[in-house]
Amino acid sequence: MSDHANDGGQFDRLPATSADREVAGRASREAVLDWWETRFGIGREVLGGYSFWEKGAGKVWVFNGEADDPSRIEAIGMTFLRTRQEHWKPTTRAAQRFGRHATRNVIELDPERASRFVAGEDQDLTEWDGDWGYLIAAHRIAGATEPIGVGLYLYDELRSVVPKGSRADLPVVK
Amino acid sequence: MNPLERYEPLVDDAAAFRAACDRPLPSVVRTNGIAASPARVREAFDEENVAHEPVDWYEGLFKLPDGSPGVNWPYTHGWIHGQEEVSVLPGLALDARPDERVWDACAAPGSKTSQVADAMDDTGTLVANDNSLGRLSALRHNAERLGMTNTVVTNRDARNFSMKPLAFDAFDRVLVDAPCSCEGTCRKNPDVVDQWTLDHVHGIAGVQKGILERAVQATRPGGTVVYSTCTFAPEENEAVLDHVLRTEDCEVVAFDLPLETVPGVTEWDGETYDERVRRAHRVYPHRNDTGGFFCAKIRVGGEEDRDVKERNRDEEATR
Repeated sequence: MSDHANDGGQFDRLPATSADREVAGRASREAVLDWWETRFGIGREVLGGYSFWEKGAGKVWVFNGEADDPSRIEAIGMTFLRTRQEHWKPTTRAAQRFGRHATRNVIELDPERASRFVAGEDQDLTEWDGDWGYLIAAHRIAGATEPIGVGLYLYDELRSVVPKGSRADLPVVK
Repeated sequence: MNPLERYEPLVDDAAAFRAACDRPLPSVVRTNGIAASPARVREAFDEENVAHEPVDWYEGLFKLPDGSPGVNWPYTHGWIHGQEEVSVLPGLALDARPDERVWDACAAPGSKTSQVADAMDDTGTLVANDNSLGRLSALRHNAERLGMTNTVVTNRDARNFSMKPLAFDAFDRVLVDAPCSCEGTCRKNPDVVDQWTLDHVHGIAGVQKGILERAVQATRPGGTVVYSTCTFAPEENEAVLDHVLRTEDCEVVAFDLPLETVPGVTEWDGETYDERVRRAHRVYPHRNDTGGFFCAKIRVGGEEDRDVKERNRDEEATR
């Protein structure tokens, strides 16, 4: 590993593997793909065609187009994952965009809980026997399960980490 | 002076035109096909008792008679986006396809951009540019909310846009939804009428010419540029097309729109314009009970390269 620093002001493509890494602490593409597969069962058949980019400390973006040197741009695709911390955290928008492919760590909320979750409320929840940590919270709408966002499950409590600007007071739809 | 008066000689029924301009417009949302189908949006609206009426000429466009498009489950899921009816027209004219390279030169706040991303099935590369950083933050918010992964956002003056940060040197299609004097939005923002000045019209027309020229230059031979505004002013519409027909190798082409429109005008205020500007569409509020709009389609000159021709033929064959 060399001692290149992460430049928080520009987008850099993630290295393919940790052996290719030139910037300390930067996640590799392989690690990102493995993480989605392990945590949510979203595999390479869904995410393998995308490229991943870091801007800022640990903020990873997902992009589906062509790019070579995106140093003078404002955004590339959408925010996807927060790395450089012990527990990686998917963004709300990534959970909404890709969460319907998830096969594990998806918690389906009843209508009343879904409404509280999207309003940003934390709630007691004892009936979850899956992993602790970041989950995809979902509910039933129009005949299928749809992800709402990211929840943090710890000690029988589901915390809503829906960002303030995306919270909403929505009806309980039964 | 109310600027709408100056356009009365252009319309067939001035009283109906002025009366329509004074009526407010309903809320309209477009289904974001990246996230949901129109049928699913309809079902979710029904479950939640959100009143909705489909717009018959565009699959997935709904009027919401009770107002606010932003407070319901489909919105929260990124399934819908508030977008005025006429605002879908340039996206239809552009007709972007999956895997193409497309530039939206004046993209913020991103309604038309997101429609184009949807038409591209969120594949290919869509470059969304705007010169206003403030307005770009609205675009970025919308792009994330709607789950767009094929979009690069840039903050440049479109008149001298550089291809340098991109992985290619020409676009297949470019949308120029130009900054304008906006009288066509008077049903949403009545203030535009009070703020209107002829000086602004002349000033902004210079900017529009610069952007449209750059758009034609940045498009591959045989590619498509769509020029649209929400103003009735010929100085900002036909005069801009007339200018680019003289300065760049391109052609204004005929195309269909699913609304009742009238052709572009060739005479205005002592000026005459190239006859081909008649192939553009003028949308007046009283004809379809919409906002006002102008939309033209331009084919960039020169021979298409063989790969593109073959790709297009393959696509036609599979349609």
